[in-house]
Amino acid sequence: VSNLFHQAVLTALISGGIIAGVPLMLTAIGETISERAGVLNLGLEGMMLVGAYVGFIGAYYGHSAWLGFLLGAIGGVIACSFMIVLCVWLGLDQIVIGIAITLAGEGITSVLQGAQFGTSYPRLGAPAEVSIPLLHKIPVIGPSVFEQQLLVYLTVVLVGVLVWVFRSTNVGLNLRAAGEKPEALDAAGVSVAATRSYAVLCTGALAGVGGAFLSIVGAGVFTPFMTQGQGYMAIVICMLARGKPVWVLVGAFLFGISLSIATALQLAGINISTDLVNMLPFIAIIVALVLFARRSYLPPALALPYFRGAR
Amino acid sequence: MSVIRARETMPIVDEPLRPERSRSAARIIDLLVRSLVPVILALIAGGILLLILGRDPLSFYSDIWHGGVQQGSWQDSAMRMAPLLLIAVGLIFVFRANIWNLGYDGQFLLAAAVLSGLGPSLAAHVPLWLAMTLLFAVAAAVGAAWTIIPAGLKAGYDTNEIITTLMMSFIGVGLANILVKGPFQDPAVNIPQTKVLALDKMLPAIPSTRIHVGVVVALFAAIVAYYVLTRTSFGLRVQVLGANPRAARHVGVQVRKLIVSSFLVSGALIGAAAAADILGVWGYARANWNPAYGDTVIPFVFLARLNPLAVIPFIAFFAVLSTGGDLAAQNANLPTDFLLVLVALILIFMTLIEFIGRRRELGQSYLPEGMREALRKPLIRRRAASRGASHEGPEAA
Repeated sequence: VSNLFHQAVLTALISGGIIAGVPLMLTAIGETISERAGVLNLGLEGMMLVGAYVGFIGAYYGHSAWLGFLLGAIGGVIACSFMIVLCVWLGLDQIVIGIAITLAGEGITSVLQGAQFGTSYPRLGAPAEVSIPLLHKIPVIGPSVFEQQLLVYLTVVLVGVLVWVFRSTNVGLNLRAAGEKPEALDAAGVSVAATRSYAVLCTGALAGVGGAFLSIVGAGVFTPFMTQGQGYMAIVICMLARGKPVWVLVGAFLFGISLSIATALQLAGINISTDLVNMLPFIAIIVALVLFARRSYLPPALALPYFRGAR
Repeated sequence: MSVIRARETMPIVDEPLRPERSRSAARIIDLLVRSLVPVILALIAGGILLLILGRDPLSFYSDIWHGGVQQGSWQDSAMRMAPLLLIAVGLIFVFRANIWNLGYDGQFLLAAAVLSGLGPSLAAHVPLWLAMTLLFAVAAAVGAAWTIIPAGLKAGYDTNEIITTLMMSFIGVGLANILVKGPFQDPAVNIPQTKVLALDKMLPAIPSTRIHVGVVVALFAAIVAYYVLTRTSFGLRVQVLGANPRAARHVGVQVRKLIVSSFLVSGALIGAAAAADILGVWGYARANWNPAYGDTVIPFVFLARLNPLAVIPFIAFFAVLSTGGDLAAQNANLPTDFLLVLVALILIFMTLIEFIGRRRELGQSYLPEGMREALRKPLIRRRAASRGASHEGPEAA
């Protein structure tokens, strides 16, 4: 009996880690793309919230999780278009605009939610899971890893695609150049502004889908401020992963586990304060930063606007 | 200092000689325009947003006036100023050094939790003036202590302080909740909150008003900060560090020490803001209480061009907006988070106006010096080069 019980707890932990980790994963992958291209995106939190709200509305009225994810992506793109126009094209301060987008995202989603639903928070049913034949029969790993939302698998595929893009395509090379040495990219005849714009667009879309996953699958409900700092967590994951997509995947999963550990512990009959549990991922990040402070890496041209001819 | 700043921002292009007075008048007008236009544009855009939501913007804004100024509510606004102003001054200290302390929420709430936990028992045993002074000191110490890790990482390894302060902020908020629900919980009530300070154990009011003396403390802090930042060598070193860390190291500024000390001052002021708010208005701390003063203060810090005196009218404006905003949002049946949208709009319009101003190379910028220089250099260079007067400067990137 005890063995079965442990299996259930472990399954819940891994499965919860994946569900909580996917929004982080998508957002951190998005941030990886734009950080590599030299845009520090402090507006991620706002983009996630906009994606979460718009996605929730889509899934609620359209009765389809996929419509929700699509609308979430569009919401994220709309939120990040401010970043593109103001920071990439006009060269305004990325930190100030990032803060503004986060504040606006927090405020507008809370206001819209309040205007639409008042103080009631309607819930969504859980979307269907896809089980992978044969593999889902493995104990513990089967029900937790191989019976998940389709989007979870797609996220992993996306990481693979991104590794390939960064490693062996011109697009990836351009993106990296835009962050490492924008002058070189410009000299090679590629527009820095366009490259960075595409990168930020991808970030917005991914953060939007991440937020939509959070509200549609993770919580099943939209509540104001529901991201609770996950956008910033994504930035740190990306920083510690040194821009490597595979490490982003691993890091996001680990942080997902620390986010979902409360539920698993409650299943195991251990009751600890949720405040303490909510602090765990941030404590983990600070410890990681203190231990590996020398190893975190950011591209040299990060957060610097590019002006042709400037040296 | 102000003379130096004015000189360094003189336009590069030769201006036709004009009488001195009209030029300085033009500069003041320009300064006013560039400070006020973003706020006005944001209020207009917010009004349009209210129209889209089906609310009446005129009655929303007049509710703000009713709830924030009229019938003695100006006194509430004045009291709201105390924490906002102290946080603003704390942020000005680090922003001038081009350091981003974004961990104000954690510093504020942790200081609030600790001081309201210690407050009731302390106030029962020592005279009021001593208790208040000690509690301000405790709050300042807690706020400062919470910046030590980000400051150390920034000074030692140049770790991005935006990230570390944010992470420490989330930890601080959680720890404050744990403290309020655990050791500092008032055993007499069921809701998670600390013991309430008796009214006669709180900050005394200014005679013939309801306004507590914390407001005076905040105004005094702004004046002292102005003096320190513009008239002392510490202020100059902060300025140099903010403008160019490499140059600062070159002229013998102990950069690491300066990073840590400006972080500590900033954290201490933010902690003191918590003391002014708790000891002056609330008297206790609740779990999950977060007024998020810091987020809303940021645009005004920039609009005031990181000047601790110039920030006072902006903070007064926002204090009215937020005090009256509670009533207005309630009447319009909207969450008070609508104010966050207004603040974000102010930030966006501010950077846009700044962009237009930079294009015209007028007046001063409200971005931190280093960033401002980095932004402006290309324009200056290009112009200098096109006039055939090319010169080598330090690398911008």
